[in-house]
Amino acid sequence: MADQERSEEMAKTRNSSRETQESFTPSFFQQPIHPGSAISAADFSVAEVRRILESADVLEKEDPLRRMKRLAKRRVALLFYESSTRTRTSFELAAKALGADTTLVSSLSSSIEKGESLKDTGITLKALGAECVILRSPYSGAPYLLARATGLPVLNAGDGMAEHPSQALLDLRTILQFLEMRAGKLSEKTLRGVTVTICGDILHSRVARSNALLLPRLGAKVVFCGPVELLPESAVGLGPGTVIERDFETALRESQIVMMLRIQAERLAGLQLDLDEYRRRYQANGERIAAHAPRAAILHPGPIIRGMEITSEVADGPQSAIAAQVHNGVPVRMALVARALKGGGR
Amino acid sequence: MRDLLIRGGRVVDPASGLDAVRDVLLRDGKVAAAEPPGKIPAAEAEVFEAAGLVVAPGLVDIHVHLREPGQGYKETIATGTAAAAAGGFTSVCAMPNTTPVNDSPEIVRWMQAPERGAAVRVFPIAAATRGSGGEVLTDYRALRDAGAVAVTDDGKPILGDAIMLEALKAAAKAGLPVIQHAEDTRRTGGCSMNGGTLAFRLGLRGMPVEAESGLVERDLLLLKKVKGGHLHVAHLSTAKALEAVRAARKAGLRATCEVTPHHFALTEERIGLYDTNAKMNPPLRAQSDQAAMVEGILDGTVDAIATDHAPHAAHEKEQEFDRAPNGITGLETALGLALDVLYRQHGMKLSDVLALLTSRPAHTLELKGRGTLAPGSAGDVVVFDPEARWVFRAAESRSKSKNTPFDGWELQGSVRLTVSEGRIVYRR
Repeated sequence: MADQERSEEMAKTRNSSRETQESFTPSFFQQPIHPGSAISAADFSVAEVRRILESADVLEKEDPLRRMKRLAKRRVALLFYESSTRTRTSFELAAKALGADTTLVSSLSSSIEKGESLKDTGITLKALGAECVILRSPYSGAPYLLARATGLPVLNAGDGMAEHPSQALLDLRTILQFLEMRAGKLSEKTLRGVTVTICGDILHSRVARSNALLLPRLGAKVVFCGPVELLPESAVGLGPGTVIERDFETALRESQIVMMLRIQAERLAGLQLDLDEYRRRYQANGERIAAHAPRAAILHPGPIIRGMEITSEVADGPQSAIAAQVHNGVPVRMALVARALKGGGR
Repeated sequence: MRDLLIRGGRVVDPASGLDAVRDVLLRDGKVAAAEPPGKIPAAEAEVFEAAGLVVAPGLVDIHVHLREPGQGYKETIATGTAAAAAGGFTSVCAMPNTTPVNDSPEIVRWMQAPERGAAVRVFPIAAATRGSGGEVLTDYRALRDAGAVAVTDDGKPILGDAIMLEALKAAAKAGLPVIQHAEDTRRTGGCSMNGGTLAFRLGLRGMPVEAESGLVERDLLLLKKVKGGHLHVAHLSTAKALEAVRAARKAGLRATCEVTPHHFALTEERIGLYDTNAKMNPPLRAQSDQAAMVEGILDGTVDAIATDHAPHAAHEKEQEFDRAPNGITGLETALGLALDVLYRQHGMKLSDVLALLTSRPAHTLELKGRGTLAPGSAGDVVVFDPEARWVFRAAESRSKSKNTPFDGWELQGSVRLTVSEGRIVYRR
């Protein structure tokens, strides 16, 4: 009897330990996201934003040969499901400047064309030794899928209409330079009293979302401006610090920073828009900027459609910070790649 | 088949209003008797001791996707009905969006054939139009005679006014309800969740609530023109549509509706970081709509709780949110959610909760002899512990697919025995 009892006891223990193990097996959507990832601008604390921008300053000034040793021969994959000029080039230059090997996989030249899923593509890249994946996808939320599938740090180079956090960080660096503020002093109060107007196709813009998730936490007021078709009332739900102003000139008058956005024809999904009317009300042209925001910095994440949302005299004029934005892309992305692979930079 | 005597349980039969300790005898696949304790001799019967447990009619789910014919990698009639049995369901009504679409008496009969290996009774719902194409009506009488209990183009709403009116008229003549998946797809192109601030934040296109309520309102206007017509609104999810049904009923129309457990238990916030196990159509809504679903259930406007059990393979759900298919499994969590949310949290009477899962859905689709323990009705019984708390594990599900937003959830009321037409089909 005693033996039987003992074996029953053992069987029970085995069963319960199996159950415990099973109950802790996380399902796909419960898989953790690697902390080196940069997927949403909302993920960074103010202290983290400060560290990233300080790191960008350090890496930008560092001796290129010394900098090359930071991530020497580490493997970074760029996975691009959408076309890109600025973001792809600057991420690639940033990774290479740190000494990493980069490989570009784009949807037209890979097995993606044959129907391979994002999950399988990610697993394949990991098996090939990729330690970090930089992803651009037309689908909102795709970076989370890739991060869950691979366990690797994923840097979001733009996902659908959702987010473009590296753009928001480089915009912040540009804004701080314009205001002559140092990254090392960055706090919740740094941008108090600063109004940033973001004008145009807000609905389809991941740049607008990431900026509106980032800048108010540093004290800035973000004003969204545009017609209701491109700027639904639901946009204010992004969080405190964001308001809607339909009249562009009213918005301009209170702004130190003006960020113009392109109308994303590829995402309009049948939406009809009167473009002449749009230009009349929302175009950043010389006359309007001179009259209502003569001292503001003019930003644009690109690509620019000259003559539509912005005229050449503004895009190329003295108030334009567009070239500075592009320039800031490399140091900020160096900081993000270094952070993902713990390559230092402070 | 041996007799089965379920002894000493608290018998709750909403159809008759019975709520008392009874012994229930099942014989030849039917309920033979329900008598005060000790009145029925055990004799040759197999005995199940149900003291401390609730004995109720087997649950009725009037909205499931069993995926056969054609999509057996997601679910089969055998696996789907096994999940139903584990969830306490003994009658399930299977939607016609199979491959091919169930638009013929042959497929209706094929689904009910013994070779399918169903654990519980399957009632096919046939397509309202050929191929669910929305253009040419199917033969309602022939479908009914083969066993179909309703017609619908679920997933592909009938948008045209003329064809919907024709469907309501033909169905009235055949004595069948028309079930509408109420979604004006002209307003939901490219949408993958509920419209509003969260959709904006996530960068996803959102369906306005009016895409649902607008079509319900249109259908009710058409129903007014059809003598003897019956419109049933599938998986109703918005306060506006519920209000339309409420008003139509007051005006004397035969308009009924069902609500899913996920629409009364969850809000769109459950999507979190693009979790496709919270993606379904209609989508999870805002908190005000969720509250309206609970209110509609409590005040009696809602006729049935239906799961919209919609299994999908892991590789289909592990995709970008916009690309992943709509739907979640629901058969094994429905009772636990209904008891947790409605009975425990909102204090609804147990018999009223059970009515939404038994007598009222059976009445809605006129499933004769189902959803009741009246002597002579089908020997369909569920026995459960109404106070037990338990944790649902997707990995342990009987369904072939595990796409549920309730993995790891603590639920109320655990099923101990399910009997379908006198046979024990689930026991734990």
